[in-house]
Amino acid sequence: MINKSTQKLDNIEGYREIDITVFRYSSQVKDSKPEFQTYRLVETPGMTLYIALIKIWSTMDHHLSFDFVCRAGICGSCSMVVNGKPRLACKTRTNEFEDGKITLLPLPTFKHIKDLSVDTGNWMNAMSKQMESWIHTKEVTDISAIEKPIEPDVAQAVFDLDRCIECGICLASCSTKIMREDFVGAVGINRTARFAIDPHDERTDEEFYELIGDDEGVFGCMSLMGCEDHCPKDLPLQSKIAYMRRKMVKV
Amino acid sequence: MSQKESTVELLTGKDCEGKKSRIPAKLDWLQSVTGLFLALFITFHILFESSILFGKEAMYKLTKMFEGEPFIEGGEPLIITALAFVIFSMFIFHAFLAMRKFPDSYTEYQRYRTHRKLLKHSDTNLWFIQITTGFAMFFLGSIHLYMMMAEPEKIGPYASSDRIFSDWMWPMYLLLLISVVLHSWVGVYRLIIKWGWFDGKDPRKNRKRSKMIIKTLIALYLLLGLASLTAYMKIGYEHQDDYGSRYISENHK
Repeated sequence: MINKSTQKLDNIEGYREIDITVFRYSSQVKDSKPEFQTYRLVETPGMTLYIALIKIWSTMDHHLSFDFVCRAGICGSCSMVVNGKPRLACKTRTNEFEDGKITLLPLPTFKHIKDLSVDTGNWMNAMSKQMESWIHTKEVTDISAIEKPIEPDVAQAVFDLDRCIECGICLASCSTKIMREDFVGAVGINRTARFAIDPHDERTDEEFYELIGDDEGVFGCMSLMGCEDHCPKDLPLQSKIAYMRRKMVKV
Repeated sequence: MSQKESTVELLTGKDCEGKKSRIPAKLDWLQSVTGLFLALFITFHILFESSILFGKEAMYKLTKMFEGEPFIEGGEPLIITALAFVIFSMFIFHAFLAMRKFPDSYTEYQRYRTHRKLLKHSDTNLWFIQITTGFAMFFLGSIHLYMMMAEPEKIGPYASSDRIFSDWMWPMYLLLLISVVLHSWVGVYRLIIKWGWFDGKDPRKNRKRSKMIIKTLIALYLLLGLASLTAYMKIGYEHQDDYGSRYISENHK
């Protein structure tokens, strides 16, 4: 069944109609059966998937669930699978799909909540704790003093890895993660790399080995580069995973 | 590792000092080392095998060289047996290590397969080629290597061609050629990415460059291998009435 938008704007000539097919399922409801539902709506100029989904939600189906916060590619909440590729919905324009047919799925590998909504937050929180994602130092911090300076190039490299928005797209693009639930993925390995290159952190390679030195960590990675090729923030995952692998194999 | 240490790891996932095992690091490194060794071997093997394109005499002389003829009169095929044994051992060890990465249950395979089809991602597809060709070579590679170990004296312009054509080994060699060329070069590409060998200042650009070079090498080696196989087939076809007779070097005529 195709639901149709009833907005007045739909009558404007020259705008094409697009079909958005959405995975519908509620893991919280016992009798819920997975199905695909198609919504037909008029594509407006500059329309993103965020705008399209809001339009569906407000004019056609108030029961449709999906996650958004910032709408600007910063919060990482709106990641979903768009025609097979994990992407941020707020950064995906509908006009890039020439045939006007878009299929949306929730991100695999995360706990499914309802329709396009998944729980990335709890997984990311657990990963952060598992990777001990904080500066480890014996130095007592004096917050009234200026922080220990580091080379600008090093600071830039640390900031570069800190740009991760924990959207989960690297995990949803990774065959290892798809097969092996316990794999920590590029997001976890990137996190250790961020602290490994930060001179404020005094951890040794032996200590980092305790975090990622197994098949659930860096040695589980098969270098298929789904993470690198789909990361919406263009993080240097390829080179940083290789960097941590080289370090860990020498321990 | 002692029984006590193994038991502690079984129960805690760590060693007696409370540290993670170093074995996963060693296995990962060894998988790469054995793979690289085998890929290098294949690179030269296919080149040497193509000596038949320069004529029977060229192939004969190369075969005898590998049998140590400059030092041993008439050559010693047992050298080939020893070489094949080393390669076979390395091959089995590499297969043992690489098997860790295979999907090992219906669930893993189903999830991998469906995800791969949805994602349509080139490097993920390349890995599918690697596991498929790797699986095929468990059998194809073993047949070839065992034959080389057991009958090392049956290598030569006529002996090899008879085996390929009259003994109907060509379908096996054709499949083995395709599998080994794809598996080796895709494996080398994977090693380049995995260890960041040629990352340089622009890892992304160098990855694209590496992939392009690897694709070219795959095409070249497939062409070279197919040309050699065709040459052996032609010689085998022409020699079928004298099946079993050996090539006599022009120097000995």
